[in-house]
Amino acid sequence: MTNTSSIKTGSPRSSGHRTREYAAGIFIWFAASVVMAILAWIVVDITVRGLSQISLSYLINNVADAGRSGGIGPVILSTILILLVTLATAVPLSMASAIALTEQVGHDSLLARYIRLSLDVLSGVPSIVFGLFGNVFFTITLGLGYSILSGGLTLGCMVLPILIRTTEQAINSVPVEHRHAAAALGLSRSTTLFRVVLPAAAPALAAGIVISMGRALAETAALIFTAGYVARTPESVFDSGRSLSVHIYDLAMNVPGGGPRAYAAACVLVGMLLVINGATALLLKVAGFRIAPHFGARR
Amino acid sequence: MSRSDLLLKIATRTSAALSATVVLLILGFLFRDAAPALREIGLSRFLTDPSWHPLYGHFNLTPMIVATLATSLGAVILAGPLGIASGVFVHFYAPSALAAWHRRIVELLAGIPSVVFGLWGLTVLAPMIAIWGGSGQNLLTATIVLALMVLPTVAVFADNAVAAVPSESIRGAAALGVERWGIIWNIVLPQARTGIIAGVVLAMTRALGETMAVLMLAGNVVEMPTSLLSPGRTLNANIALELGYASTSHRSVLFVSGLILMLVVSLIVTAISWRRRSGQ
Repeated sequence: MTNTSSIKTGSPRSSGHRTREYAAGIFIWFAASVVMAILAWIVVDITVRGLSQISLSYLINNVADAGRSGGIGPVILSTILILLVTLATAVPLSMASAIALTEQVGHDSLLARYIRLSLDVLSGVPSIVFGLFGNVFFTITLGLGYSILSGGLTLGCMVLPILIRTTEQAINSVPVEHRHAAAALGLSRSTTLFRVVLPAAAPALAAGIVISMGRALAETAALIFTAGYVARTPESVFDSGRSLSVHIYDLAMNVPGGGPRAYAAACVLVGMLLVINGATALLLKVAGFRIAPHFGARR
Repeated sequence: MSRSDLLLKIATRTSAALSATVVLLILGFLFRDAAPALREIGLSRFLTDPSWHPLYGHFNLTPMIVATLATSLGAVILAGPLGIASGVFVHFYAPSALAAWHRRIVELLAGIPSVVFGLWGLTVLAPMIAIWGGSGQNLLTATIVLALMVLPTVAVFADNAVAAVPSESIRGAAALGVERWGIIWNIVLPQARTGIIAGVVLAMTRALGETMAVLMLAGNVVEMPTSLLSPGRTLNANIALELGYASTSHRSVLFVSGLILMLVVSLIVTAISWRRRSGQ
């Protein structure tokens, strides 16, 4: 062990050592408490100010008086529609991409390296840049206008990296013996994939999808200039519709006296995200593994 | 190869190529819409124009670049030590039940939407900061909230990097009578350095890319910040505020600022992922 040689030896009981041990311990406990206290503070604050205003009628009624009264029915509907568009485009695309990366393309081939690099870059793109891109590409160039479709497609691009990464990990976590057994039975690669590998990876695949839903729900900046602000009930995905997060932003910043209602909407959003987080944890437990963080996956 | 295998191969490879094209599409469209401003105004005028008055053809981005860098750097300086400490905490200080809870809490903190951070900052933190004058909507408030938002990134990377340190070297040191902090400082942190640095750098890209919370908290006045308590507007916030009504060269300048953000962040991310891959 070369590392042990760098330890500065000295009397472990010297008072300098003691003080340092104490000071470090205090700082580390302090830092950990800050993390826990802040989360508690935010969640309690949102719950205390928001929960009392939430009722069934609040969840289904139309937005009235710029959001100061009425409910958030149309906003919830738009949010769900945006989410559906996002998943409908991103899930098939990332499944297929992840299959190509794990089963088809050699791990270190030039194509695989290029794809991974571009996904890493994509995962770092700021959300407002997705907003700019969605605005110029989906709303203007493709002529979709400010619509739920534009917003959902923009978010679809945004969740691609995380979805592909989790799907890859899910597929890779299936024991290689499964594949060997299938090959020994003379099954083709595609049969092995659809009948053996994907079913075995299902809980982890679902976890990846749920994680992406969380990302999409939390997003605001990419939606303002793609899905737009309109708070009416959308008639189709070609209509503009505001998501919950955009609704919160609008109430907090642009509507005088909108603060209390912003808290109500925030309470709904945080509640949804807590459910999603719980579902992810449960699915990962069933799948028996932990999704590695960014870049941690491939070392 | 059977027919279904061939079909599968074609379909999946096409999808993979399509996924990889998204980045190029984004770059291409940003560049296309930024080109008029780059051609007609030129990069140097973004630094030398008298002010930011896009309607009068004045496009000085300097105050916004300064505000962006100040809030992001400040956030990383605050979040770095706290995040690293949180990563060390779960391995060396926390009782195991608390460690599991702590990890879940870090995960939850990472999942809080930026508008919710913004709302909380606006109603809870800003009035507290306002004790030092002003409305409390200033760079300091934005920096603190930004730090809380990027803290989980540092914490998760530090946690993983510390976990990857071989336990033999830790046990060896413990057997020599080195105390807890001595082990962490002399053995664990040096060996976990690469992972921790990657986390801190990635936190910087997150901070640079954040829009909503900063937009809600920084005050959004376009002027050169003189202290942390002055209000300021970041490049991201500027895009979010003005894209709705900007036209012609004004709109094009907003795309230039988006392109700058994208290029800076992509360069950093590419550098980390390249180092990670070549390093192992």
